[in-house]
Amino acid sequence: MFHRESGYFKTTYQADMALFPLPIGRVAIAGLAVLFFVVFPIVMDDYYLTLVNLAAIAVVGALGLNILLGYTGQISIGHGAFMSVGAYTAANFAVHFDLPFWITIPSGGILAAAVGLLVGLPSLRVKGLYLAIATLAAQFIIEWTLNHTPVISGGVQASIEMPRPVVFGNTITTPTEMYLFLLPISVLAIIATLNLVRSRIGRAFVAIRDQEIAAEIIGINVYRYKLLAFMISSFYAGVAGVMATYYYGVANYEAFQLPISIDYLAMIIIGGLGSVLGSVFGAFFITLLPFGVRIFMETVGVFFVEGVYLAQVIAQMRLIIFGGLIIFFLVVEPEGLNKLWQNIRNYFRVWPFSY
Amino acid sequence: MRHLRLGLMAATVVAAASFQISTATAGEIVVGLQCDRTGPTQTVGTFLCPGYHDYVKLVNSKGGIGGHTIKVMEIDHEYKVPPGMEAYQRMKKGGAVVIAIYGTPHTQALTPLLHEDKIPGTSPGFGTAAAANGKKYPFLFPIAATYWSQGAAAVQFAKQQLGGVLKGKKIAYIYYDNPAGREPLPIMHKLRDMEGFQLKEFAIPPPGVEMKVQVQDIARRYRADFVINHTFGKAPSVALNEFTRQGYPLNKMVGFVWAAGESNIMGAGGWHKAQGYYVLQMAGAGSDYDVLREIKALYKSEGKTPPKEMESTVYYNRGLMWAAVALKAVENAVKAKGGSADVTGADVQKGFEGIKDFTLGGILPPLNITAEDHEGGGWVQIFQVKGEAFVPVSKWLHGYRETVMEMVAKGE
Repeated sequence: MFHRESGYFKTTYQADMALFPLPIGRVAIAGLAVLFFVVFPIVMDDYYLTLVNLAAIAVVGALGLNILLGYTGQISIGHGAFMSVGAYTAANFAVHFDLPFWITIPSGGILAAAVGLLVGLPSLRVKGLYLAIATLAAQFIIEWTLNHTPVISGGVQASIEMPRPVVFGNTITTPTEMYLFLLPISVLAIIATLNLVRSRIGRAFVAIRDQEIAAEIIGINVYRYKLLAFMISSFYAGVAGVMATYYYGVANYEAFQLPISIDYLAMIIIGGLGSVLGSVFGAFFITLLPFGVRIFMETVGVFFVEGVYLAQVIAQMRLIIFGGLIIFFLVVEPEGLNKLWQNIRNYFRVWPFSY
Repeated sequence: MRHLRLGLMAATVVAAASFQISTATAGEIVVGLQCDRTGPTQTVGTFLCPGYHDYVKLVNSKGGIGGHTIKVMEIDHEYKVPPGMEAYQRMKKGGAVVIAIYGTPHTQALTPLLHEDKIPGTSPGFGTAAAANGKKYPFLFPIAATYWSQGAAAVQFAKQQLGGVLKGKKIAYIYYDNPAGREPLPIMHKLRDMEGFQLKEFAIPPPGVEMKVQVQDIARRYRADFVINHTFGKAPSVALNEFTRQGYPLNKMVGFVWAAGESNIMGAGGWHKAQGYYVLQMAGAGSDYDVLREIKALYKSEGKTPPKEMESTVYYNRGLMWAAVALKAVENAVKAKGGSADVTGADVQKGFEGIKDFTLGGILPPLNITAEDHEGGGWVQIFQVKGEAFVPVSKWLHGYRETVMEMVAKGE
């Protein structure tokens, strides 16, 4: 509608595989960058930035799980536990060794990746639901270990107070500063994933997902790539865990329990399996929709219920509406929000003509 | 295409309705209440939060505080941390001058924010016991007995029940195996060394519905002289049944504050299943208090029946306590400002530290919150299940106060 797609001829393979097939991609990204890095921090107040911060953390975690489940086809219900591994690693490093964020974040990711490698081992033998149960076991084993190892978790309360990150001598405290601290990490994660999935590794992942035996026959080392997928996924989870720890100001495994792992699964299923944009959509959807629904209920609910019962009704209705919307969006588009977005885009691409 | 349009329409409706956030109007004081009505601790939240609302309603019906209406901003966070962060920011934006935090992980995550924004938060029965140290945590107010104080009070009570001497006695500590469950351990160890009793710890793995082995061990092998029960959720009900099954007398057991509700007794099968069971309470249990009669009268005057939540007196009264202490602090702040509704979080923080001998007709302990002691004395009252009610068997008390405060000061 706004641009022409014809007239761009690609003469090399590199150009054909480029991140932006059309020039509009660059313009759009530049526009989004200005919006997110300049306009939002100026326009939005603490409340809305808090929402975006929560979503930014979720984006990183969702990308990691999507690499594993969406691209490689290996399910994991232990994603929250990997986040807690990253969280405690970073907290220990930051508190005991006084290390800055640019060391704690990658080290949290690396240790989570190492644990992910171990948890990924069963994937060499079992698939699907069996693997789901194996990773579920990992969730509980990691939780138990953190709960009962004071050396790691810092005492009976299993929580370590995390100092605020310091960037170029400034301590990050306000939501705006936190936003500018967290968002670049999320952006890096998105770019890294976009590049990963169009690389040799990414194509190997997709081959394994689509047909494991065929992948093996064409020369892909299935074991290696499956474990690699677990490691990369856990790395992302670990980084998300460190981000959350910096954000909450405390490392506590109770913030990364089973419901969180399920939330991340929901994010990528709603967003769209095997799509980077879908992970972003899903993260925003699952993180922010409950708040939207509640504010909606508070606005509308006063017309139906009164007094002290309103709070109870809002709390219960919020769950019902939230669940209903998830079903609604999945019925409208089973392939997730990403597909929905593509449908909208394709519709306007040729608008006002039907075809 | 029809689907797409439907989807777009739905999205627009939700988005349009979502982004209107009400803020305080003139002459109104906003207080925040975080709640869990839909998460794992909903058996507490659904009774506790109505208590908070009803007390505020009562105060407003009497003309509010210094003529200013109190508005409660309640947000349910499902016991998840991210919604708790969202709720906090929304309350801050809504101008809340005091926030009731619900949940231990939430208390930990919000503590730095409370300090940065200078908004006092209350965390009764949650968070770290070290938060009683007002010098270290100026904006966090446990206002009720922390787990350390509860542990100390439980040991004190055991001592009294066992004839005043603990030396050589066997005490079993049965606890839910999570950070909150393990929190009293340091004080228990300290008291064990001081008093010379034997202490054996029995961990119940979450979700706490299977404890046959541990209870058998306590009742048959270890033969404990007294049991201290620190469990949550469904676990207290299971514990009551298991101890009865093993023939262990319930009047040799005392439960911490989260093992002390009507719902725990009902879960065990009713009052007759829990006769003799002792519990610690941070706010009075039962209906025999003037403030409860006033709330009932208020509902009657409106031509309504009092809410059924009032029947679950333990948690309802606790909600009432949270509201009463917070509003007392607001009242102090308004007075200090010469009656103006324009109070800030920092004013209310001073208001909390000025609360002295506030009992609200006996439903609250004689709270004395000072700049050093944000716990207000660490009071509990011991109740016993007799007939169809919790009956008080002691006055408000605290145990080994010096030892607890010593540990708090050290921030162990």
